[in-house]
Amino acid sequence: MTAGNGAYRVVGTRPVRHDGVDKVTGRARYGVDANMPGMVWGKVLRSPHARARIRGIDTSRAEAAGQVLAVVTGDDFPDPGAGEAEANESGMQSLRYMAERVIARRRVTYEGQVIAAVAAASVHEAEEALSLIDVDYEVLPPVLDVREAMQDDAPVILDDLRTETGGVFDDKPSNIAKHFIFEEGDVEAGYSAADLVMERSYSTAMVHQGYIEPHNALAYWNPDGHLIVESSSQGHFGIRDELATMLEHPKSKIRVLPAEIGGGFGGKTTVYLEPLAAVLSRKIGRPVKMTMNRTEVLIGTGPAPGAFMTVKMGVTNEGKITAVNVDLAFEAGGYPGSAVSAGCLCCIGPFDIENFRVDGYDVVVNKPKSHAYRAPGAPQAEFAVDALIDEICAELDMDPLEFRRLNASKEGDLRVDGTRFHPIGNIETIDAAVATDHWQSELGESTGTKRRGRGVASGYWLNGGGKSSAVARLNGDGTVTLLEGSMDIGGTRTSIAMQLAEFLGIPIEDVDPIVPDTDSIAFTGVTGGSRVTYATGWAAIEAAEDLKDQMVEGLADYWDVPAESISFDAGVFSQNGTSLDFTEAAAALQEDGLEVVGKSTASPNAAGNTFAIHIADVEVDTETGKVDVLRYTALQDAGTAIYPPYVEGQMEGGVAQGVGWALNEEYVYSPDGRMLNASFLDYRMPTSLDLPMIETVIVEVPNPGHPYGVRGVGEVPIVPPLAAMANAISNAIGVRIRDLPASPREVQAAVANNA
Amino acid sequence: MATEILSGKVHVQTTINGEQVDFLAEPRESLLEVLRDHLGLTGAKEGCNNGNCGACNVVMDGALVNSCCVLSVEAAGASIETIEGVASPEGLHPLQQSFLENAALQCGVCTPGFIVAAKALLEENPNPTEYEVRWWLAGNLCRCTGYDKIVRAVLDAAERMRAEA
Repeated sequence: MTAGNGAYRVVGTRPVRHDGVDKVTGRARYGVDANMPGMVWGKVLRSPHARARIRGIDTSRAEAAGQVLAVVTGDDFPDPGAGEAEANESGMQSLRYMAERVIARRRVTYEGQVIAAVAAASVHEAEEALSLIDVDYEVLPPVLDVREAMQDDAPVILDDLRTETGGVFDDKPSNIAKHFIFEEGDVEAGYSAADLVMERSYSTAMVHQGYIEPHNALAYWNPDGHLIVESSSQGHFGIRDELATMLEHPKSKIRVLPAEIGGGFGGKTTVYLEPLAAVLSRKIGRPVKMTMNRTEVLIGTGPAPGAFMTVKMGVTNEGKITAVNVDLAFEAGGYPGSAVSAGCLCCIGPFDIENFRVDGYDVVVNKPKSHAYRAPGAPQAEFAVDALIDEICAELDMDPLEFRRLNASKEGDLRVDGTRFHPIGNIETIDAAVATDHWQSELGESTGTKRRGRGVASGYWLNGGGKSSAVARLNGDGTVTLLEGSMDIGGTRTSIAMQLAEFLGIPIEDVDPIVPDTDSIAFTGVTGGSRVTYATGWAAIEAAEDLKDQMVEGLADYWDVPAESISFDAGVFSQNGTSLDFTEAAAALQEDGLEVVGKSTASPNAAGNTFAIHIADVEVDTETGKVDVLRYTALQDAGTAIYPPYVEGQMEGGVAQGVGWALNEEYVYSPDGRMLNASFLDYRMPTSLDLPMIETVIVEVPNPGHPYGVRGVGEVPIVPPLAAMANAISNAIGVRIRDLPASPREVQAAVANNA
Repeated sequence: MATEILSGKVHVQTTINGEQVDFLAEPRESLLEVLRDHLGLTGAKEGCNNGNCGACNVVMDGALVNSCCVLSVEAAGASIETIEGVASPEGLHPLQQSFLENAALQCGVCTPGFIVAAKALLEENPNPTEYEVRWWLAGNLCRCTGYDKIVRAVLDAAERMRAEA
């Protein structure tokens, strides 16, 4: 594979995406739009209690009801046993916990946990039947706060859970599932060398990914044993594999169809409804469709963990960091497996620090089992570090971008996991931020109760590689049909196709990218970790190279010359003064009866780390506590921006989600563990009126680990907004905001306490 | 306009995208359910089912409505426009073209609602300011784009439509 020289023809252009027309006309088929002949509807009974023992479930009244076709409970599923399985973006997890999260067995660990499911001819009939299921609960007091859950005398939520530290298990039950420790250098010596040592605690609330399309599943268990499932997910192979594990059914007998997906952000990388629909279908021999309503999405799926964090940092008077301690306690929810380890790996990524210790605690609380949300773990962790840095800069009277440049990590510096950075664009991104019109502009006057402030923050994300498959088929008219295994969550069919078109020297309009089902292409990992344009793009380039090589072989026969004498450049095949362009070559090969299909399954592992800087201007009304975003600029290193409008789109979308996280979004609970704001009216996500235009600057420091220099772009833009907003608000009102969201209530209280 | 009760279901006659349509629905079913589950018009989406996200927007007798909050029987005698009726046989509506060219969609699930809502805006106000666009579209949630490219696409389409008018 040859690397590009930067003079690209297709890469870096702004074509209309291939799936665009279907999506602006309403024709695109999402998971919720799927249906089959004979289809019936399933609905789920959820626990109203946050913590309870299930003494018994009596389904007899429901089963006797005329409209009910089938009822399932945990007893209809195989015993999960004591093993572990890969849970997509959540790493290895206990099979028992994964199974209980899909449908409860003997206990409830969060409100909204699935107790039973029913099928009926209509969704309303299914819903009505839920009230005919009698559940005998022994209700227990919930543990909702991560600090409370970590106390020695806290009620133990999972009696079979023991704290693991470095592979060693504690001997008594605890709510702390795992304790991660990362350390290098000598932290105490670092503090001794410091002129200023500051320690502060910060917290963030549990928040939801907030994708607009609720979860859904359509399953048909064919009497011959083949299970067909269609659902919106970020990885149909992952859905297939989880189904195989949970149902103890061969992968080869499960086919998962990829529907269009209406947003995921990490939240759709695992099964929720799919196993329930499958078992209902097996019972009644008809296709079963299930969808969640918005309340079910909020209480019954996997939000991002709330966090309690303490950061201690030593700096010299010149602003050089000498040592840092970061303590992260994350709410895993009702079962273990929060993103705290990634939070540990990311929290000090933007900074070159020789002496550090990072402690991460994965803590079970009676809230929904958390799941991946865009740069999982990093937004919380970097909020704490970047907010403390802002306090230190204020104390030292130092420019926060100058501080970041002085301490910026660069190639060869130590990462938290003890390895060293490859070439990265951290300093380039900081320099680009300094040069922006926004940073150079005046903030404008504060008047009366309207106080203005500016904040900056850093972002860092690891980015992922992993296995991806692509198949490129040459058509007789010179176009290429590209099958690729990655679920397309926001334009990646085109960003992958652009890389194939670049390699083959053909127009992007001549490539037709398609995501086929799990039986029709080789394994491809989940759409997550900002890996798709990198890894599936890589597979597409390799498939293109295979296709080109086969075309050369075919043309060698056509021209009756040795293949070595044929050259290929910019879509043109030449030998000895004769040449055929790509379309002519395709026609010639078809005339010869040759079918050309290039393919690749690649597992690239050199995804480049990526960095971001965000700048936020706000105006805070000290009377009402409302925060208006006046101006926002996001910068990040994209390596090479393959498809710039959608790189910008990722940046803009990440900012919007991060601003929501910073200002309004939170799970609000009653003392007995019930979510009080489980609707889009009360769980307040940013609207078009809450945001300004978002200025984006794409920095390009190519990743040497990809032929065209790609770094993942999707996740890092949600990392800086939490601290950028908190720092801006603090700058505006002169009081530090250390607990997010900075809702009007919180801001009013901060102002009042300071008065 | 005719409504007739048949074995617990109501016969409703309505007009959708200029065509007369008959359907049977339970009185408790919403217009959104009828469009999606009975009539196969799945362009309108359910995001919240309580009028807070706009993904199910349609125009009913000239007014922009959340079809999840309209009962199916209320459609009797009405004239309804859905996303499926926005493009014409001649091609895409300027808003649809502008959404494509401005990259104003990512996952695309909110896009039909935004286009239906924006079309209603431009019919009422062909020359909106950025603020007016943001105010009008505040009933439509998008979680992918941060709204930037959507607002630009609507302003761009307005300009194209004024030039053509």
